[in-house]
Amino acid sequence: MNQPVASRTWKRPPFIQSALLRWGLWVCLAIYLALAIGSMEIDWGRVGEGATRSTRFIAAFFPPDFSSRWDSIYEGIMESLWMTITSTVVGIMLSIPVGLGAARNLSWRPVYLFCRGILAVSRTFPEIILAIFFVKLFGFGPFAGFLALSVGTIGFYGKLLAEDIEDMDPVQAEAIKSVGAGWLQWLNYAVQPQVMPRMIGLGIYRLDINFRESAVVGIVGGGGIGATLLTSFDRYEFDSAAAILLVIIGIVMVMEYSSGYIRRWVQ
Amino acid sequence: MLRIENLEKRYQTGDLALKSVNLEVPKGQVMALIGPSGAGKSTLIRCVNRLVEPTAGKVFLGDLELAHLGSSALRRARTRMGMIFQEYALVERLSVMENVLSGRLGYVGFWRSYLRKFPQSDIDEAFNLLQRVGLDHMADKRADELSGGQRQRVGICRALIQNPDLLLVDEPTASLDPKTSRQIMRLICELCEERQLAAIINIHDVLLAQMFTRRIVGLQLGAIVYDGPPDQLSPDVLTQIYGEEDWEATIEATKDLDEDEADVLAVAEKVIGRPGAPS
Amino acid sequence: MPTRDHNGSKIWHLRSTKHQLAVWFGWLLGVAIFVYCWRLISDKTIWFFVTDAPKQAADMASRMVPPKWSYMDVLWGPVWDTINIATIGTMIAIVIAVPVAFCAARNTTPSVHFVRPVALFIIVASRSINSLIWALMLVTLIGPGVLAGVIAIGLRSIGFCAKLLYEAIEEIDHSQVEAIIATGASRGQQLSFGIVPQIMPAFAGISVFRWDINIRESTVLGLVGAGGIGLQLDASISTLAWTQVSLILLVILATVIVSEWVSAKIRHAII
Repeated sequence: MNQPVASRTWKRPPFIQSALLRWGLWVCLAIYLALAIGSMEIDWGRVGEGATRSTRFIAAFFPPDFSSRWDSIYEGIMESLWMTITSTVVGIMLSIPVGLGAARNLSWRPVYLFCRGILAVSRTFPEIILAIFFVKLFGFGPFAGFLALSVGTIGFYGKLLAEDIEDMDPVQAEAIKSVGAGWLQWLNYAVQPQVMPRMIGLGIYRLDINFRESAVVGIVGGGGIGATLLTSFDRYEFDSAAAILLVIIGIVMVMEYSSGYIRRWVQ
Repeated sequence: MLRIENLEKRYQTGDLALKSVNLEVPKGQVMALIGPSGAGKSTLIRCVNRLVEPTAGKVFLGDLELAHLGSSALRRARTRMGMIFQEYALVERLSVMENVLSGRLGYVGFWRSYLRKFPQSDIDEAFNLLQRVGLDHMADKRADELSGGQRQRVGICRALIQNPDLLLVDEPTASLDPKTSRQIMRLICELCEERQLAAIINIHDVLLAQMFTRRIVGLQLGAIVYDGPPDQLSPDVLTQIYGEEDWEATIEATKDLDEDEADVLAVAEKVIGRPGAPS
Repeated sequence: MPTRDHNGSKIWHLRSTKHQLAVWFGWLLGVAIFVYCWRLISDKTIWFFVTDAPKQAADMASRMVPPKWSYMDVLWGPVWDTINIATIGTMIAIVIAVPVAFCAARNTTPSVHFVRPVALFIIVASRSINSLIWALMLVTLIGPGVLAGVIAIGLRSIGFCAKLLYEAIEEIDHSQVEAIIATGASRGQQLSFGIVPQIMPAFAGISVFRWDINIRESTVLGLVGAGGIGLQLDASISTLAWTQVSLILLVILATVIVSEWVSAKIRHAII
């Protein structure tokens, strides 16, 4: 009855079924890498010089020099912090109406498209490009950086708010509608409790992002610690640069820990 | 109290959920709407308070025609209809008290509701209702800390604080265990009795419907196929509503028993498979 | 208790008086901080420029149209460089991020007291410094050019990829791993049969996601001399060649949209 089974070989089936496609992809990847690396014009002499500079730079961390440029470091950090706070607050306040309008389940179609348009535009360009233009328009200083970060915040926060509203539990929303609540009451009783905890968490996350970004808008003249950092690199003052980097890392770490704590508390 | 005339609903997908339904529910009558999943029970009651827009037909609440009201008139009309949901539909992050008070939203302005400054009479009524359902000590708990049965009681309070003329109840027991289901059904029926409310209760559990209501309407594929008292629900009728199955046991279980015994025995029957026959 | 009895009827408040005061105080504090920060910014702003800005903006916009299409010939090279910076940078980052992630995840790390803190520090350091600052640093150290950009993107992405990956590793279903352990598998076998199959989708998703972000970031690295289309943007702005600027912005827009489309397609194909 039981015929002896001839021994069968087994191999793990490949992720991509067609052998041609599989090998084709590998070959394409190899060609791409060869072309890409070939097209990089690398000045090896300059890179070799970098080795000694890098050791100098790493040595500069032990210890970093906080004192000789402390005044400008302090001023830059403070400016960065003000920009971070104001742009997060203003950006979130502006993104609430936009986010409500961009949620498909509570918005009227033309308003929806309009708000989605605003979000797409403000999300496309990196904050630093926005900062370049705001510096051209409003002059050097933290105001330009503040505007760039605010616009970036609108794109980020508005989009996530809209998505969160679209994902909310429709039955809870329906229940508040069925008691005859007005639109604002409905927002306050059905939508707000559902999206609030996550949105607070995202607000804190955005505060964190804005601080990191505020460290770079200074490179193009938008105020904050970036300008100080740029100067110290230009002058090859690596020990001051090391100090600035450590301050940035320190503040980011503090923010990250406290945001984890606040998020747990909001839940 | 409620009169439905030639109500029809066709979804955008083309499915005809309701085919020219006619129904009248007088004041003080509790009516059970039974039928298989997809028969249109849920659509029917949602067409009454227009959470779903009907495509044709008329709905009268008293003398008021609902199907063509503008949005603010519709809101006023909705305050006269309380709704109780299958999955409780409490706003989970609000407290029990806020959930109950949300039933008054149609009566207070936006700022009062935003600041949670409801009139004292509403608050007294809310405490009365919570006490009636045995939850007054839970007023400041968050809704997601409650058990299923407790949540449904809060849902009932929210519907009743609207001071409605009509209750729309959508599968109140579908997410509950058998014992709690009975308690909730009894509570709803008692409250309707006390307040002389008309009610439509969607329910797929025929046994519960027979036990607690005096009138049963069977819906099948969007059309009414039975309308009458519970004891005339014969196996033939049930087969017409639900399709071929052995219905004798279901009907046997409710005969000759008073309600509380039926409660226990019906559970036992579900578990063991055969109804006992105590004298 | 937010409720209290008053003349026989219960009064209900959402919050107790003390809690309510705390909430008001919190708001007051928040508003005060905001107003203070705003004052400091406004002191550093020349408001004449701000009121003049709409006119300036209109002027700039009028100088930007029409984009100088012929400049496109010059731009193909930088666009290619930009894509390479993002792609190779992401590859490098992934290669380094995988071992870092396994060292950082609580359930796979070789040593909780020594290796894990080191891995976590690498992640935090990499994440808290923006890729533009990494580029600034690298341009100073190894000279301007595409290589600085590639390394900057790579260094910045290590932290991002490793963080998401180690969170994915910590969230795996442990019972599957237990089943593999129960067969008597070695640690390496546990890894390849129990853990890797579970994190593969997350891994692919993270890589594509980061690549998409890196395309955006590599468009601006040129501002500090690290190669890519940002170099042309910087040069055009400093020579006030506004018609070139508008073309570059359009090219950046197109690149970002295409990369978003590609990454969405790939993610779709994987999941």
